[in-house]
Amino acid sequence: MNDDRPLLSVTDAGHRYGDRFGCRNVSFDLWPGEVLAVVGESGSGKSTLLGILSQRLRVDEGSIRYRTARADGSGGREGSAEELLELSTLSEREVRRLWRTDWGFVHQNAAEGLRMHVSAGGNVGEPLMANGWRHYGQIRAKAEEWLRRVEIPAERIDDTPATFSGGMRQRVQIARNLVFEPRLVFMDEPTSGLDVSVQARLLDLIRSLVAELGLAVVIVTHDLAVARLISHRTLVMKDGAVIESGLTDRVLDDPQAAYTQLLVSSILQG
Amino acid sequence: MSAPRIVYNEGYLDEQTKRVVRRALLKGVAIPGFQVPFASREVPMPRGWGTGGVQVTASVIGPEDTLKVIDQGADDTTNAVSIRAFFEKVAGAASTTRTDQATIIQTRHRIPETPLVENQILVYQVPIPEPLRMLEPRETETRRLHALEEYGLMYVKLYEDIAKYGHIARTYDYPVLVNGRYVMAPSPTPSFDNPKMHQSPALQLFGAGREKRIYAIPPYTDVESLGFEDYPFEPQRFDRPCEICGSTGVYLDEIIIDDRGGAMFACSDTDYCERTAQQRTEQQSTDTKEVTA
Amino acid sequence: MYVAVKGGEKAIANAHALLAKRGRGTADSPRIGYEQVRDQMGVLVSRVMAEGSLYDPDLAAKALLQAQGDVLEAVTLLRSYRTTLPRFGITPAVDTAGLPSERRVSATFKDIPGGQQLGATFDYTHRLLVDELETTDVPPPDVPVDEPMPRVAALLGVDALIESDRPAEGWTDPDPGDLTREPTVFPMTRAERLQALSRGDEGFLLSLGYSTQRGFGNNHPFVGEVRVGEVEVEFEVPEIGHAMPIGRIEVTECEMVNQFVGSADVAPQFTRGYGLVFGRAERKAMSMSLVDRALRRDEFGERSVSPAQDEEFVIAHSDNVQATGFVEHLKLPHYVDFQAELVLIRKLRREFQERQATRESAAHDSTREDTNRLEENA
Repeated sequence: MNDDRPLLSVTDAGHRYGDRFGCRNVSFDLWPGEVLAVVGESGSGKSTLLGILSQRLRVDEGSIRYRTARADGSGGREGSAEELLELSTLSEREVRRLWRTDWGFVHQNAAEGLRMHVSAGGNVGEPLMANGWRHYGQIRAKAEEWLRRVEIPAERIDDTPATFSGGMRQRVQIARNLVFEPRLVFMDEPTSGLDVSVQARLLDLIRSLVAELGLAVVIVTHDLAVARLISHRTLVMKDGAVIESGLTDRVLDDPQAAYTQLLVSSILQG
Repeated sequence: MSAPRIVYNEGYLDEQTKRVVRRALLKGVAIPGFQVPFASREVPMPRGWGTGGVQVTASVIGPEDTLKVIDQGADDTTNAVSIRAFFEKVAGAASTTRTDQATIIQTRHRIPETPLVENQILVYQVPIPEPLRMLEPRETETRRLHALEEYGLMYVKLYEDIAKYGHIARTYDYPVLVNGRYVMAPSPTPSFDNPKMHQSPALQLFGAGREKRIYAIPPYTDVESLGFEDYPFEPQRFDRPCEICGSTGVYLDEIIIDDRGGAMFACSDTDYCERTAQQRTEQQSTDTKEVTA
Repeated sequence: MYVAVKGGEKAIANAHALLAKRGRGTADSPRIGYEQVRDQMGVLVSRVMAEGSLYDPDLAAKALLQAQGDVLEAVTLLRSYRTTLPRFGITPAVDTAGLPSERRVSATFKDIPGGQQLGATFDYTHRLLVDELETTDVPPPDVPVDEPMPRVAALLGVDALIESDRPAEGWTDPDPGDLTREPTVFPMTRAERLQALSRGDEGFLLSLGYSTQRGFGNNHPFVGEVRVGEVEVEFEVPEIGHAMPIGRIEVTECEMVNQFVGSADVAPQFTRGYGLVFGRAERKAMSMSLVDRALRRDEFGERSVSPAQDEEFVIAHSDNVQATGFVEHLKLPHYVDFQAELVLIRKLRREFQERQATRESAAHDSTREDTNRLEENA
């Protein structure tokens, strides 16, 4: 695998809401298999950053490049034709292709990431069908395999997420996002809104899957414990800017910025 | 002020409108299965009663054409009669009930049993041209899905059927993939008729008046009914013959004959049924003659 | 031999004869002349003209008679005739502000230049049913109306309290298109949307407009102005090189003034919803202006939460000729698709019963404990 270049390279990226920046001057590289946590309080700009990374919001400043081959190129994923491409120059067709083959997105609210009235098997099978799978037995077997990996009982495969608990829905959403073996997964507060014990179990699951599959992940969270548990590196955001970044252990054990120190101590006290 | 005199153009649609429709048809033929927007006009029948088919027929019919109109496979159902009478009145076209003598066949919900041949045109009346409509009601979104060839959603529907019933539970307006590119709604013809669309020597034109869309399948085009490799498309079948003409492998109407649940089954294609029955009678009389001789 | 589906031609002829008979009523009562309908049922004629998209009171009256009073049928008749007429050209926009109104009211200001003028209105009549109508004498007006009547919105415009009715600079009036002649796709331009609304069903628009007042897409409306009057229509004649007056039409116009809190780039100001309809059609013009404003949500970055704000929903369902045709087509024969469904439902029922039988025998055979479905455990 061609690992001498980052998978995602962000330089001075920013997004403006009217005359105010939601986030600004954000720069980092994300390498294959790396988990990056973006932490901050509500309103810190972490969700805006996730929005521009995932092409849901416009990049008003700076650049975001992703390592891929042009859709018409013959290089394929790991071929020599791969280059760091400016995301804003990609056509809608190419961006949609990336969502089918390379990128996943796990929403905080499972209802946004799932078809609540399609069976769990259909939900997990859909990305495969979108990628041209046309063998029912194989689609179903793959869906079964993934539901098992996220610890959904096999007999629930034909039930709809509408009948599932919050934790189960999140696990179906994860299966739906990993079944096509993406390279990069965005996660937006995937565990908040769940009971504490359910959260811990889900985080464990995410951590082991990410390691197994060698996924690159950008996870947005307000919860430093989440960052500590699953991320290699952490960005701390405040008022739309990155105020500290580094290896997660370093940032959390030896915070440099006063704000990070405050965040960390509040967790300890809390 | 004199009272206005109401006059209609020859052939009802004016030539300019016919040209507009023909341009849409040409585009449709050039991009098989693609829904071409057109400025659908009002015609003197209600929307949803074949106004798209009527505009298509009016734009392709000429004095040398012979028109057949069927509804539910039959030439004598009221709406078919009404549309045929309209064209007799405004276009002066010759009409027929015989599939093999027609150059243009306008249809609602059936494809004739008699195989179509080159130089015939089959005009379908289409209520909902968008095969993804019931999965995604928004046209802005479905147009994008077609453009980007994203048909995963359509297969989710089929997947759900198999998971629930063990087979695909769709019996009419069964979606097809045209020329390997566009997923298309064949109009509410029974899935029984789907195989007839594939590699048909006839030109197939589709008009959706209310929805303002035209699409087409040129002759000898691949039309594949969607399915999975291990659960392929299965057209509906009847395991009995027509009780009038004895044909097997044809689409049957179930006709209630009493109030105790009694029913008989007969061809939905009345032209085919009559001629098969007639041939059989002739055959029998020849046989009898031979025996006596 | 089975002949139940035969005889369509004869059945249709019979039905037509019966229909004609029903339309005639008892033979000794006189037929209504179309002039009577035109002159004495003006509001109804207006509605048929508006939804039929053809300004011709004579033809609308004839259509109503031919349709035996069925409004949508009359609209269909008028439209099917209209569509065969050649389009010679286009007229410049009518000037609704420059002409005296028969009726003009504003709810936003007590007194306005040109004055409030009630005109012919059902407002403030007591809705008491009477046996015989009488025509009252119209007293001569106190003051002859010759004052100009500037638009109320223009008065607000002086201080930029209301959005301008066109983008400020560098704006050239784009060709609005003609949705009866050109294919339209979503999203539409506002001009196309207004065309569609103006010919849309009065009842549908009324309900949608009403829904915006009840919290489904509220936009805080005030009637800036409603006016009814005759305007001159001019026609661009290329051979002559300028516009020629070709006649007058009666229209109802409504400008609704709506609150807007502003955004990061735009100061708070009032916004507009617009309605313009053929003939006397105040209810329709007001409903149209409410719905127009609701549909402009994108321009003001408002959240789309209600049906009235959804362009595809509103425009695709506002045309009553389409709506009634498709709803009524359900009475056409559907033997073929119904047969397909019959075959399917019998199959599904058979499979269901087989599954159930298997399940029951399995339950008898063993005393397996119930498999509790695994729910998320805390």
